[in-house]
Amino acid sequence: MINTLLSGDRPNSRPLALLLIAIGLCLAFAPFLFPGTKPLDTAARICIFIVLVASYDLLLGYTGIVSFAHTMFFGIGAYGVALALGSLGASFLAILVGVLAGTALSCALALAIGLFSLRVKAIFFAMVTLAVASAFAVLVSQLSFLTGGEDGLTYRIPRELTPAFRLTDLRIFDVRIDGRLLAYYLVFFSALALFLVMLRIVNSPFGTTLKAVRDNAFRAEAIGYRVVRYRTTATVLSAAMASLAGALLAIWIRYTGPATTLSMEIMIDILLMVVIGGMGTMYGAVIGASLFILAQTYLQSLMASAEAATRGLPLLPDLVAPERWLLWLGTLFVLSVYFFPDGIVGRLRNRG
Amino acid sequence: MADALLTLEGVHTHIGPYHILHEVSFAVPRGGVTMLLGRNGAGKSTTLRTIMGLWKASRGQITFDGRPIQGLATPDIARAGIAYVPENMGIFADLTVAENMRLAATNGPFDEKRLTWIKELFPPIGTFWDKAAGTLSGGQKQMLSVARAIIEPRRLILIDEPSKGLAPAIIAAMTAALKQLKDTDTTILLVEQNFAMASALGDTVAVMDDGRIVHAGAMAELAADASLQEKLMGLSLEVHQ
Amino acid sequence: MSETAIRPRLVGPTATERLGKAAPLLLAPVLALIGLAAIGNPSVWLTLTVAGLAMGLMIFIMASGLTVVFGLMDVINFGHGAFVSVGAFVGFTVLAWLSGWTQNPAVVLNLAAVFLAILASMAVTGALGLAFERVIVKPVYGHHLKQILVTMGGLIVAQQLIHVIWGPDAIHVARPPSLQGSFIVGEAAIEKYRMLAVAIGLVLFLAMRHVLRATKLGLLVRAGVENGEMVEALGYRINRLFLLVFMAGSALAGLGGIMWGLYQETITAHMGSEIMVLVFVVVIIGGLGSIEGCFIGALLVGLLANYMAFLAPKAALVSTIALMVAILMWRPQGLYPVVKAK
Repeated sequence: MINTLLSGDRPNSRPLALLLIAIGLCLAFAPFLFPGTKPLDTAARICIFIVLVASYDLLLGYTGIVSFAHTMFFGIGAYGVALALGSLGASFLAILVGVLAGTALSCALALAIGLFSLRVKAIFFAMVTLAVASAFAVLVSQLSFLTGGEDGLTYRIPRELTPAFRLTDLRIFDVRIDGRLLAYYLVFFSALALFLVMLRIVNSPFGTTLKAVRDNAFRAEAIGYRVVRYRTTATVLSAAMASLAGALLAIWIRYTGPATTLSMEIMIDILLMVVIGGMGTMYGAVIGASLFILAQTYLQSLMASAEAATRGLPLLPDLVAPERWLLWLGTLFVLSVYFFPDGIVGRLRNRG
Repeated sequence: MADALLTLEGVHTHIGPYHILHEVSFAVPRGGVTMLLGRNGAGKSTTLRTIMGLWKASRGQITFDGRPIQGLATPDIARAGIAYVPENMGIFADLTVAENMRLAATNGPFDEKRLTWIKELFPPIGTFWDKAAGTLSGGQKQMLSVARAIIEPRRLILIDEPSKGLAPAIIAAMTAALKQLKDTDTTILLVEQNFAMASALGDTVAVMDDGRIVHAGAMAELAADASLQEKLMGLSLEVHQ
Repeated sequence: MSETAIRPRLVGPTATERLGKAAPLLLAPVLALIGLAAIGNPSVWLTLTVAGLAMGLMIFIMASGLTVVFGLMDVINFGHGAFVSVGAFVGFTVLAWLSGWTQNPAVVLNLAAVFLAILASMAVTGALGLAFERVIVKPVYGHHLKQILVTMGGLIVAQQLIHVIWGPDAIHVARPPSLQGSFIVGEAAIEKYRMLAVAIGLVLFLAMRHVLRATKLGLLVRAGVENGEMVEALGYRINRLFLLVFMAGSALAGLGGIMWGLYQETITAHMGSEIMVLVFVVVIIGGLGSIEGCFIGALLVGLLANYMAFLAPKAALVSTIALMVAILMWRPQGLYPVVKAK
C-alpha cells in the first residue's frame, strides 16, 4: 500500500526513509508536539514550501528547464485567493474561486512561456524568465489599486479557520481544537496530497519521458516524442502546483504582498532548497524545505547568541551576525553544487 | 620501420561510453604522404583528432619525432610542429582570409616568398584576401584551410577529407597543390575516401574499419591489387578513375 | 592551376541582405525619433536622450564583459552583478579617502579622484574576477546549469561579504562639485555627470572595437568565439585567453559599478543584481557574444527606460521586456548572433 501511495518511488535508503518519516510525523502532529504560534507557523511554511520546491524540482530536476519565473506563479496563486477573499467576502466559495482563477491564469501564462521557449535557446530562456519575473514583480507593486502595491493585501479568512472558532471544547494534549488548528490541517493535508500527486506524475510514463527529454532532447525527438509538448506540459503542471502553494500561503498568513511571494530572495531560496535537498528526487524538496525553513527561523537566534559571544573580536561578530545567515547558506549552496551534486538525498541514497 | 615521424602504438579512444578506436597502431614515415583510408564511420577522423589531442587516447602511445605526445594539450601538440586541417575546415567565418592566415602564422610575420607561393597554389587566397572567410565557397574554404596549415613550415600536416563535397575540378586542383606540397619535404597524413586522389598522392597507406587498422603497407601495392581493394573498401580503382 | 576554367566571382551582398545587416543600426535612431514624437518638447527630449545614452552606455560597459565571456567561453555568469556592486563600493571607498580632492571645486582634482577611483575599482574587480574564474567557474566549464547555480551562489556570498565589510545600509555617494549640476543648452538642462558617462562609454566602445578588430588579442577572441577548438589546434593556449577575458569583463563590470553608483548617488550591496535584469535584457537583445549587438541593445534599453520614465513611469520595466520579446520574435538569437562553428 505504501508502494502505491508513493507511486513506486521508495526512498531506497534506510537513513533517508527514517528522516522522511520523522519529518512527516513532526509535521502531522506539529500542533501537539510543538505548541505555540511560532512552531506552528514554521510547520505550515514547511508544508507550503515542500509543495513549491517540489513543483520547481519537477521543472528543473525532471525536465531540465532552468526558469526564474517560478515565484511569479506562486504570487499569482496567492494574489488570486487574496483578491477573491477581499472582494467576495470571507467564505470557502471565495477561496475556491480564487484558487481556480489563480491556477487558470498561471497555466495560461505558463503555456505562453512554454511556447515562447520554442524560439529561444535554453540559456536565453533562463535570462528571459528572470527579466519577465522582475517585470511582473514591479508591475504588481505599481498596480496598487488592485494589488495593494508594496503594502500588499490583508483580508479575512472564513471563520472556521480562525482561532475564534471552536470545533469542540475538548482539548487534546492540552491543545485547543480551534480554527487555527483546522487551518493548519487544511494546509498539511493539501500539501501532502499535492506532493503525492507530483510523485505520481514523475513516476508515470509521462515522467519517464520527461527524464529522457531532459537527458537527450535530440534523441527523444528522434524516437518520436514531441519534445515541445512534454516541456510545455511540465511547465504548466509545475506552474499550477506553485500556484496552489501560493493559495495555501495566502490562506495561512492572511496576507499577500510582493515581499512574501514575488521577491528574488524567494526564488533564490527555492534554488537553494532544491539543490541542497537533491534535484530530480522530489524527496529532496522535503528535506531541503524543512532544513532551510528551520534554519531560517531558528538558526538566526543561534547566530545572535554567537554574535554576542564573540563581541569584541575583529571580524568574527560580523560574520556570525544573524543577518548574515545567507552568507553561510550561500557558501553551503556553492559547496553542495560541487561536492554533493545530488544533494542530501543523493548522498543518503549512495550510502544506504 | 624506416624513420617514422609519427607512430601510434595500441591506441584506444573512448568518447563518453563509446569505445571508438581499438588497438590502433601504424607509422607515418618521414617525408611522404600516408593515406588513412576507410568507410564512413571507420574511425579515421577520430584517429586524427586523437593525434591532435582533441580526444584523449585512453590507452596506448603516440610518438612524434621521438617524443610522446598522447597526454599533451592540443596547443602544445600544435606547437610541437603538427598542423591540422579538420573535416569541417575550421574556418573562422567572421574573420577575413588575411586574418585567418595571420592567426595561423604563430611564429611572427609572414614569410613573403612562402605567401606568394601559397597564393600561386591557391589563387582565391589572393583574390579574397580582405574578404570575410564566411563568404567563400566550399572549395575556396578548403583551400584556405590548407593554406593556413602551410603558411609556416610544419613537420607534419594532418588533413581530414579535403575532397569531401567538392566538385571534381576543384578536387583536381587540390590534388595538384598537395603534390607540390609533398615535394617540399613535408610529411602528410591524409584521410580520404576518394581512392583516385589517394592513390595519386599516397606513398604508404593504412586502412581502417570499425575503429581498427585492417591493412597497412605501400600504396603502390594496394593500387595494383584490385581484389584487395574490394575486400577492404568494397570498391576497385577502375571504377573511380 | 591555369587549366581550371573557374574564375573567382566576387559576389556582393544583395540589397535585401544589406538592408538586413543595416536594420539593427537604425533601431536606436528610430527609437530616438519616436521618442521625440511622443514627448513633443525638444528640450525635454534632449535631456531624456542624454540621460538615456548615459544609462545605456553604462549598462553597455557592464554587459560587454558578460556577453564576450559567454560567446568565448560558453560560460554564463549569473554572478556578474557581484563585480558591479564590489566596483561601486571600492570606488566609493577610494573617493572617501580622497575627500580632499573630491570636495575641492577644481575640475582637475575632481576628475583625478574619479579616475583613481575607477582604476581601483577595475583593479580589485579584475583580481576578484581572476579568483572567481579559477575557483568557482573553471570546475564547471561545459555545464550550464551548474554554472548558473554556482555563480548565483557566488553572488549571494559576495553580497553578504559586502555587508560584512561595508555594513548593511545604503551608502550615499556624493559627486564631486565640478560634476554636479548641468549645462544649459537652450531650454534643456543636461547633467554634467551624464556627459562624462557618455564620453567614457563611447571611448570604451571604440577602444573595445579597436582591440577586437586591430589587435592579435582581438583576433583570438573573435576566432575563439566561433571555434575555440580550432584556435587551440593552431597552437594557442585558449585557457589563458579565457582567464584574461573573464578578468577584463569583471573589471569592466567594476567600472560600470562605480559609474552607476555616481549616477544614482547611492550604493547598496544588491545594486549589482538589480541592474543585472537590464544587463541580461541587453545581452539577449544584442545576441550572445556580440559587442556591436550589445551596444545597440544598451542604447535601446537606456533610451526606452528614460523616455518611458517620463511618459508612463509605471510601464517602464514592462516596456523594456516588451521590446526584448519583440526583438526576439524578429531575430530569435538576438540582433547579431555569433554563428558558432560546431
